[in-house]
Amino acid sequence: MSSYLERGARGRIPAIFDAGSFEEFLGPSARVVSPHLAQLDVPVSFDDGVVVGRGLLGGQRVFGAAQEGGFMGGAVGEVHGAKLVGMLGRAIDEGAQAVLLLLESGGVRLHEANAGLIAVSEVMRAILDVRAAGIPVIAAVGGANGCFGGMGIAARCANTVIMSEEGRLAMSGPEVIETANGVEEFDSKDRALVWRTTGGKHRYLLGDCQVLVADDTGAFRAAAIAAIEALTGAARSGAAALTLDALQAEQAMLERRIRDFGALAEPMDIWRQLGVPDPAGVSMLEADDFVAMAAGHRAGPVTGDR
Amino acid sequence: METLHFRFDAGSRPLPGAPQLVGVVSSGNLEVLIEPAALGGACEIEVRTAANGFGATWEAVMRDFHARWQLSDARICINDMGATPAVVSLRLDQAVESVTGGPP
Amino acid sequence: MADVENRWNRQQANRSARLARAAAALGAGLQGKLVPAAQVVALLHAVLEPGDRVCLEGNNQKQADFLGKALTQLDPTRIHDLHMLLSVLSLPEHLDVFEKGIASRLDFSFSGPQAGRLAKLAASGKLNIGAIHTYLELFGRYFVDLTPRVALVAAEMADREGNLYTGPNTEDTPAIVEATAFKSGIVIAQVNQVVDKLPRVDIPAGWVEFVVPSPQPYYIEPLFTRDPAQISEIQVLMAMMAIKGIYAEYGVERLNHGIGFDTAAIELILPTYALDLGLKGKIARHWALNPHPALIPAIEAGFVESVHSFGSELGMEAYIRARPDVFFTGPDGSMRSNRAFSQAAGHYACDMFIGSTLQIDLQGNSSTATLGRISGFGGAPNMGSDARGRRHTSAAWLKAGSQARAGKNVAPRGQKLVVQMVETFREHMAPAFVERLDAWQLAEQAGMAIPPVMIYGDDVTHILTEEGIANLLLCRGEEEREQAIRGVAGYTPVGMARDKRMVENLRDRGVVQRPEDLGIDKRLATRDLLAEKNMKGLVRASGGLYAPPKRFRNW
Repeated sequence: MSSYLERGARGRIPAIFDAGSFEEFLGPSARVVSPHLAQLDVPVSFDDGVVVGRGLLGGQRVFGAAQEGGFMGGAVGEVHGAKLVGMLGRAIDEGAQAVLLLLESGGVRLHEANAGLIAVSEVMRAILDVRAAGIPVIAAVGGANGCFGGMGIAARCANTVIMSEEGRLAMSGPEVIETANGVEEFDSKDRALVWRTTGGKHRYLLGDCQVLVADDTGAFRAAAIAAIEALTGAARSGAAALTLDALQAEQAMLERRIRDFGALAEPMDIWRQLGVPDPAGVSMLEADDFVAMAAGHRAGPVTGDR
Repeated sequence: METLHFRFDAGSRPLPGAPQLVGVVSSGNLEVLIEPAALGGACEIEVRTAANGFGATWEAVMRDFHARWQLSDARICINDMGATPAVVSLRLDQAVESVTGGPP
Repeated sequence: MADVENRWNRQQANRSARLARAAAALGAGLQGKLVPAAQVVALLHAVLEPGDRVCLEGNNQKQADFLGKALTQLDPTRIHDLHMLLSVLSLPEHLDVFEKGIASRLDFSFSGPQAGRLAKLAASGKLNIGAIHTYLELFGRYFVDLTPRVALVAAEMADREGNLYTGPNTEDTPAIVEATAFKSGIVIAQVNQVVDKLPRVDIPAGWVEFVVPSPQPYYIEPLFTRDPAQISEIQVLMAMMAIKGIYAEYGVERLNHGIGFDTAAIELILPTYALDLGLKGKIARHWALNPHPALIPAIEAGFVESVHSFGSELGMEAYIRARPDVFFTGPDGSMRSNRAFSQAAGHYACDMFIGSTLQIDLQGNSSTATLGRISGFGGAPNMGSDARGRRHTSAAWLKAGSQARAGKNVAPRGQKLVVQMVETFREHMAPAFVERLDAWQLAEQAGMAIPPVMIYGDDVTHILTEEGIANLLLCRGEEEREQAIRGVAGYTPVGMARDKRMVENLRDRGVVQRPEDLGIDKRLATRDLLAEKNMKGLVRASGGLYAPPKRFRNW
């Protein structure tokens, strides 16, 4: 077992892609750094906190990126966003078989203000362009900082989201919710509650992530390969692209979610309503046991996978 | 932020291969980019640091680093967010070892 | 013998008078020894007299907080000038009694979170510090010149006779109660519940006068829990040096770890690094230690044969119960801690103390005193001092002693290994090595007779930093000692002022050892060496028995 969470971006890429196969675009020695941070007297990073490139994953030609959660919480600035968009565009140009995004981000890098906002929206658009080109996009969320804000939205633009229970996926961050709505609404210091609400197991049960794995780079790698396979198999053509049916199914899922769970403040109550036999025991289940237990209890879009 | 430059002449160990990066610019940490460069045998180190006023400490750390490794035709660039000398020395050694594959 | 006060039984007569006042004040509320919570202030008003020495359980972990708060509600015109005795000042109410003029004098050991406020109160004259002690020293004085008149203690349970069960968190209670009960004092216990039958009797009813069931369970802090996720590579490197350079070198089988992440890192690499070095069964077998969750992997790996604890640790109860061969547990299955005995064990029965500090000077004096804060020492001065009364030998003790006395014309004896472990720079690049300890300035500020030194340089045998280990046992003379310290002080001003040639010479002689000299590959110094890297890993290692308190969990 090799922890995915403990590794930085540059440790995750070689652990997930086929050994030695990854070629980085605009690596650190190119020194394409943020043009904004110096004004704020804040250190830059040579890769602006993201590794982008292409490699082989289980022999398939896969383009990919890994966000470095340690640098500014993985938040997306102008250069960081442009690197992601460029990689996504190149994946289309070169006919990649898939794109794998190892996401760990607080969302928009507020230091860069509008440039950061634009960057994140361009990333979302670029992900959808990749899908429209028939190329599956897989997002992995398993870092300590989680995947929040605009990048949380971006993750859900992917075909498949793979999470560990340590990973978190949401839009608003816990502190923001508490500040805006008060501690009775959400106690951001209650870490167990935060993970129950935004962590991988809850997302898996709610249908926001499709795969739940242990905190292990081998497990993430295997899940990514399997996810790509599922979308590029015999029934491949059109599998990656958005369809009206899929969007409507997801809309229906969200409507059911509000209807069935909107009044519930405690995730364990949601799980109970989903038929999970022992909600209090969920957090101590190992990943495989959890997935086995969850089968038959998960919410999700009615018409199969997206 | 402060920018510091160091140059050490008459190194003896050139660097093989491609540029390498170790470390992350997170609190108490730093990233070190190390690459071969035509510098007439010298080792040049550029430090951009968020912790101001520690020039003398950086100088001492770099001196010892050069005494350890004696790199020639090497450029090292650092983005630092307040790492202690212990962490700086560790990352520098890790950076060189990632290129040379072993201890001094 | 007539029950009449004479010059030899005044304390007894006074005690009887206090009890009579209490009975009168409580009336029908007093049922045997049980006092209703609502009458606790009336009880204290009746039982206390101005100027009394009152021992309140501010232990390290547990607090008699209900009784402590009740004290603050006393009328200072009736009860004033109390002389408070506390092991640890941890709660605001411990100082509120001084603010309100109920108490005026204090003897204690450690003040932790209240250190800043304590300094202010002392400066304002509302609080007169008798002395700062180490725990065992304070307990000792309870039997000599600081005997409590009234003891306010905390227990898990009482039965209707007044027997007490203090359980895993027994801590200081036996020492306090014995001193008080056997010198005509009065013991009042707050308890979480009153039951028909106790799991076991920790304090006999005959030593206890009043039992007050408190509305809330007594306050307790998980002070000794360290999340492995916060351990850094530098701390792993230092832990490797400690194990290879000291534990293995001297064959340290019996030890105490001071509190902190540095020692947690050592605990977590026993099952990995120390195992690979073939050290299982050779080091770290018997411990005087609180039940550190970070020790779980080492226990499970078979390193640890016994642990005697000063107190318990929240969340460890079920794990301890399931490991009775390791921990000191009663026939009822629950642990009994005992700070006094653990401190004695650490002093005489351990071959090494290793702990962290904030500042070290050129003689090796170590202090955690900082300006504006009177924090005290806790157990470190006792654990971290040579036990001159010790007579039994061990390999580690003899080796240390012979290193210290080589070439000297003195009687042979051993010496306890006392290791101070510190990174050369602390937060905000504050150097840990200084020419003059802040303790001197604090002493001047606070009117102390001598600066508050936690561990004296002549007791320190090794100083371990990320730069290496200075073995002070091998130093000949003060100058060598100073240079050895400078030699591991890295890039601090103290370190930069070293005599390079002397330090090189010391290194040749093995007085200063760098990680390379110890054969340590720094590339191994990563978090991957930790047997468990996060709290959930510790829970898994315990087989699901360890239940971390909420603040340590993200599940």
